Amino acid sequence: MRNILLIFLITVLPVQDETLEVYDYDGLEPLINQKDDKVHVVNFWATWCGPCIKELPYFEALNEKYRHEDVDVLLVSLDFPSKYETALKPYIKKHKLKSRVVALNDNDQNRWIPAIDESWSGALPATIIYKGDKRMFYEKSFTQEELEKEVKQFLK
Amino acid sequence: MKIFKLLSAMVLVLSLSAFTVVSEDKGYSIGDIATDFSLENIDGKMVSLSDYKDAKGFIVTFTCNTCPYAVAYEDRIEALNKKYASKGYPVIAIMPNNTKIKPGDNMEAMQERAKEKGFTFPYLMDKDQEIYPQYGATKTPHVYLLQKTKKGNVVKYIGAIDDNYQDATAVNQKYVENAVDALLKGEAIKVTETRAIGCSIKV
Repeated sequence: MRNILLIFLITVLPVQDETLEVYDYDGLEPLINQKDDKVHVVNFWATWCGPCIKELPYFEALNEKYRHEDVDVLLVSLDFPSKYETALKPYIKKHKLKSRVVALNDNDQNRWIPAIDESWSGALPATIIYKGDKRMFYEKSFTQEELEKEVKQFLK
Repeated sequence: MKIFKLLSAMVLVLSLSAFTVVSEDKGYSIGDIATDFSLENIDGKMVSLSDYKDAKGFIVTFTCNTCPYAVAYEDRIEALNKKYASKGYPVIAIMPNNTKIKPGDNMEAMQERAKEKGFTFPYLMDKDQEIYPQYGATKTPHVYLLQKTKKGNVVKYIGAIDDNYQDATAVNQKYVENAVDALLKGEAIKVTETRAIGCSIKV
């Protein structure tokens, strides 16, 4: 019986050992309003969102290319909590995401969507780029060139 | 003086065109008159708001098969129609996505989904993608509650169905129901616009 349990634990544990940071809006708020000298790129996405998945490699590339120039990428997943284990964590693992990924789980969307940006209708994907007090919000998909162009404006 | 007049005219034209662009981009606000349409239903017939002679208004809902948020709300959209169609506010569902990008939203898939779920409301396709931009819908699901008046169908509420996409039993605020109830009682709607996460409409 013990052996069976051991085998069970060995098989199951590696899947569950990757912890996911999950926040409500109050927990996320400091992460998207950091007061430092870095350029912060915050992308709201979900594994079920086609255009998000398409542009995700561009954010990863940005994270890789500009990491020595103080550009910080944060990927905020809006996957349903019931999909964290079956979709989100496997996705992060499969695609070896290097950027920091957090999940936002807060049902009161009518409070936090306008708090993130007054113009946001709630459609995904959406992105914030900010540095200090300079802040831009984009309810759109990016090409790699467009994304780099926007970030470069903040690096000047 | 002539130059001044010419300049003022130019400024006027410019500012007017600027406003037109903005309003086209953003779609309807509360109080605007919503356009009617003629869109194909899953039964092959064309449906317009003007077909509903006895309606007091409409719960126009942009939704689709493929968006997890839209799927999470399917039963609640059906429940809205069951509750309010007989009271004069039927649900009119419109699928706005480009089906070349989302084949799971094509007419056959819509018919199948409606059959599986037993939808009692019309499920129309915005085939030319010309209606949703006029409304200003950006995502699914996205509700526009209209009230029929002599001037036309006036937009009375824009936004989410309720405040809990995850769990229909844990909803605190039924935004659409509250809005329709207020219209039925002739009262002012307390919350006229809400925001919720949804899938961007595929162009």
